[in-house]
Amino acid sequence: MTIDALEARRPPASRSAASALLWPAVLAATAILSLAPGSFLPDWAVRLPAGWKLPIAGYISVFMAWLVDQASFGLFTFRELTRGVAWLLDWPLGLAKAMLVSGFAIGQGSQAVPIAPPLPWYAVFMLGVALGWRLGGRPLALLVAGGLAYLLIFGQWASAMTTLASVLVAAPLGAAGGLLLGILCYRSPRFERALSPLLDLAQTVPVFAYLVPILFLFGFGPVSAMIATILYALPPMVRVAVVAFRAVPEEIVVLGRMTGCTRHQFTWKMLVPSARAGLMVGVNQVIMLTLNMVIIASMIGAGGLGYDVLTALRRLDIGRGLEAGLAITVLAILLDRLAQAMARQSERGRVHRKEGAGRLTGRRFWLLVLALAAALWAAAFLAPPLAVFPAEWQLSTASYWEAMVRWINVNFFDALDAFKSFVLLNLLVPVRRFMLGLPWLWVVVVVMLAGWRLGGLRLTVRVALATLFIALVGLWEPAMLTLYLCGVSVLVAAAIGIPIGIACATHRRLWKVVEIVIDTLQTLPSFVYLIPIVMLFRVGDFTAMIAIVLYAVAPAIRYTAHGVQGTAPELIEAGIANGCTRGQLLSRIRLPLAAPQILLGLNQTIMLALSMLVITALVGTRDLGQEVYIALTKADVGRGIVAGLCVAAIAIIADRLIGAGAQRLKNRLGLA
Amino acid sequence: MPEPDMPDQNSLLACRRVWKLYGHETGRFLAERGGTASLAELAAAGIVPAVLDIDLDIARGETFVIMGLSGCGKSTLMRCMAGLIEPTAGEILFEGRDLSKLPEPEMIQIRRHKMGMVFQHFALLPHLTVLGNVAFPLDVQGVSRAEREKRAREMIELVGLKGREGYLPRELSGGQQQRVGIARSLAVGPELWFLDEPFSALDPLIRREMQDELIRLQSILHKTIVFITHDFAEAERLADRIAIMKDGRIVQVGTAEELIVNPATDYVRAFTRDAPRARILSARAVMRPVNGTEGVAGSVPANARVASFAQRVEATAGAWAVIEDGRVLGMIDRAAMMDVLVGRDVARRGAPGQPS
Repeated sequence: MTIDALEARRPPASRSAASALLWPAVLAATAILSLAPGSFLPDWAVRLPAGWKLPIAGYISVFMAWLVDQASFGLFTFRELTRGVAWLLDWPLGLAKAMLVSGFAIGQGSQAVPIAPPLPWYAVFMLGVALGWRLGGRPLALLVAGGLAYLLIFGQWASAMTTLASVLVAAPLGAAGGLLLGILCYRSPRFERALSPLLDLAQTVPVFAYLVPILFLFGFGPVSAMIATILYALPPMVRVAVVAFRAVPEEIVVLGRMTGCTRHQFTWKMLVPSARAGLMVGVNQVIMLTLNMVIIASMIGAGGLGYDVLTALRRLDIGRGLEAGLAITVLAILLDRLAQAMARQSERGRVHRKEGAGRLTGRRFWLLVLALAAALWAAAFLAPPLAVFPAEWQLSTASYWEAMVRWINVNFFDALDAFKSFVLLNLLVPVRRFMLGLPWLWVVVVVMLAGWRLGGLRLTVRVALATLFIALVGLWEPAMLTLYLCGVSVLVAAAIGIPIGIACATHRRLWKVVEIVIDTLQTLPSFVYLIPIVMLFRVGDFTAMIAIVLYAVAPAIRYTAHGVQGTAPELIEAGIANGCTRGQLLSRIRLPLAAPQILLGLNQTIMLALSMLVITALVGTRDLGQEVYIALTKADVGRGIVAGLCVAAIAIIADRLIGAGAQRLKNRLGLA
Repeated sequence: MPEPDMPDQNSLLACRRVWKLYGHETGRFLAERGGTASLAELAAAGIVPAVLDIDLDIARGETFVIMGLSGCGKSTLMRCMAGLIEPTAGEILFEGRDLSKLPEPEMIQIRRHKMGMVFQHFALLPHLTVLGNVAFPLDVQGVSRAEREKRAREMIELVGLKGREGYLPRELSGGQQQRVGIARSLAVGPELWFLDEPFSALDPLIRREMQDELIRLQSILHKTIVFITHDFAEAERLADRIAIMKDGRIVQVGTAEELIVNPATDYVRAFTRDAPRARILSARAVMRPVNGTEGVAGSVPANARVASFAQRVEATAGAWAVIEDGRVLGMIDRAAMMDVLVGRDVARRGAPGQPS
């Protein structure tokens, strides 16, 4: 056989060589085009001509104005509808607020005559501890007591109760709404197909973007804030509910038919109770997301802890901001643990009670607790001074924090400033210049190429449409700035997170420490990061980058650790049996197998980075986040929605491309 | 012994040319070919066959076992029988009425009152106690709490779980959970009782115990049972008749003895190879013709299982008479016992260690 004949039999190898050359070629072309765009391409391919831009923002604004001013459903106008919804939601919210914060009164404003005080702090305290004890025994009762004590001692009680009132109304509404939509999806695949893209959008559009239309429709105030919160917290509940319903064993479904259940009976007697453990995960998500929204919601009038953090941020009052932010974290942890305890109870199933056992049964326990609460309330009614937590018992650490930051600034200013300048000059500025220099047409081509390679025609069309949308609405430059800030942050987060994740996977003790740190980073409201960073580095891209990295690093660590840990033990044993060193085990077995998982973690990191982006607009970035923020302050509906959709478009492109890549990798490794 | 061919009027459930195919426009595909199609034709059309051309009659009070390996279509056939999925072609006759032609409300009534089903993985509702689970089918029917709990307690006692009414499914062992499943399926007093591999998820010892339990229950209740399994030993212990399925078709229907003595195909022979022959085969199946000159050591009834008299026959050198209604049908001797033990196909002379 001749060499030629041998060569002729190797077409697969040569094809893979060509595809291996594809990305280096693309990269080289990108570099050249970025450095000297004008010399290779016509002008219209580099900068989008103004005439091509679509005035979508204008259309939306006009439509919204029409909706509010003229739209009518015959019997009532659109404005009356929104008023009705607001009135309906105001009811439970008012009740919860009266109960926890303001007390009951007759009449409005200055003529209000108080008729009953709110629940005094010791009554709420007692109720919380009783609930904790009931659901999780002494450890949980102690945790609740500790958390509530923090709120009292650090003077956060009133704000915390305002926040709690809105969470107590918004979370059940969000959970119930999500549950009902989930049931509809389970029953009708067509309904699910229609709803799914809307859920995608709701989860990727930054919250600020829909604050604007809500503000426009419902006005400034707690009800608007609650609507935004519910909209934000609802989509994951729908998703979780559908997954939980699908996981109900097929046999249970058959049992429902064999016993002749009606659809209603099947749903409420079998489906929902069987899926209860899964549904509680969704409820938990709803609670966490509701608390995530607290600060953002305070921008449109929610008040409470969120408002305190926001004011502190505006005044750069790190002590107050940290304490109020920690109070949000405390509330989040308490509600989360209580919900988890409830989920565990329903998952394990209550253990059967022996008849005639001497312990308090559920109903009698709660009657006792509620009677006690009522008595304490009555006590507050009779002796109002008792209801106030004594001021001399309160304390604050605000001044220490301030002193600490001042001390760091005084002693380390030069070092910090040098570090910041170094990163700015060597990383941020060159990348920004590079991204802004790219011709828009070339970016579209590269994105399409990636879509084609990773997922075929359908994916190509999707990502192309998303990219073109950004270009045509005329937000190309802010979008590239977004991409730059987000991209750099994600790379830094990955460079930090993945090695930590790998280390955690092999050292259990390290993982325990790291887990606590990233849990705290994730539950701490994102605004709180900004305060110390702004104080140390002042406003600008660098500050934004650090805040994003801190916020978004958690999934990179978590997914890497889980992926590397999750390698099949028999493969590790096979590696050891073949004489692999520890390093070889990692590089040849663990990492390749964990790669799809790591990619998914990266995907999550990107999503979190994008959601943090809008918040960093507060420290003066110039990307899409700023665009949304400006729209919010000017109540410019169209501008806000379009900018929000652009962020969503970036998120969707990243998500779909990485998802397709991870899937391909999984298929190749036979993990799917 | 039930008769191999059931007379029609005694049949509670019958399948008439039942097909179940998965794919695009399967009904039309089948109709265009005059109601039948070969495996090759189906494969060419991209249609997945699940159940092919099944004809069956299940008599009242009979325990009918459908057995086969996973993927042979036995579960699909049972779901067709219960009216849970509609067959592509053919009729399922329950008390003479075609299930697929019944309106949904009537079908619901039949399922509520005349059918019960036991599941492989128990399908207990995790949020209900034992009592709540057993009472569940009655709850669905709208029976008052007092009445349904009374009935449920009876059923719980019947399956031997008295005292565990307040337990949750998680607190029970697998065998106990399946007892709850059985009690639940009996709560409505069904005529037709479907058991879908009810003991496959249990440990061998527990499985054995549950089979005894089912035999005990059936001796009290006399239900019509359709039982699915992939285990021939289980089928043989419980069944009046067994249907062996392969690739969607029924290969052979008969008593365990018939399957062993006259296997229709090598597939059936392979299935029955390791069966405990001494317990299944009767004197009639292993006897040889009467040889006029020999003496008679004793007699055994023609229907008696080999295991019940093997020891007596083996203890004597002479042959025993096989009798039915006072007539001698044939003879058995030590050599016949050995045949049963080592398998009929083995040559008698080759059998080692014969006592003299």
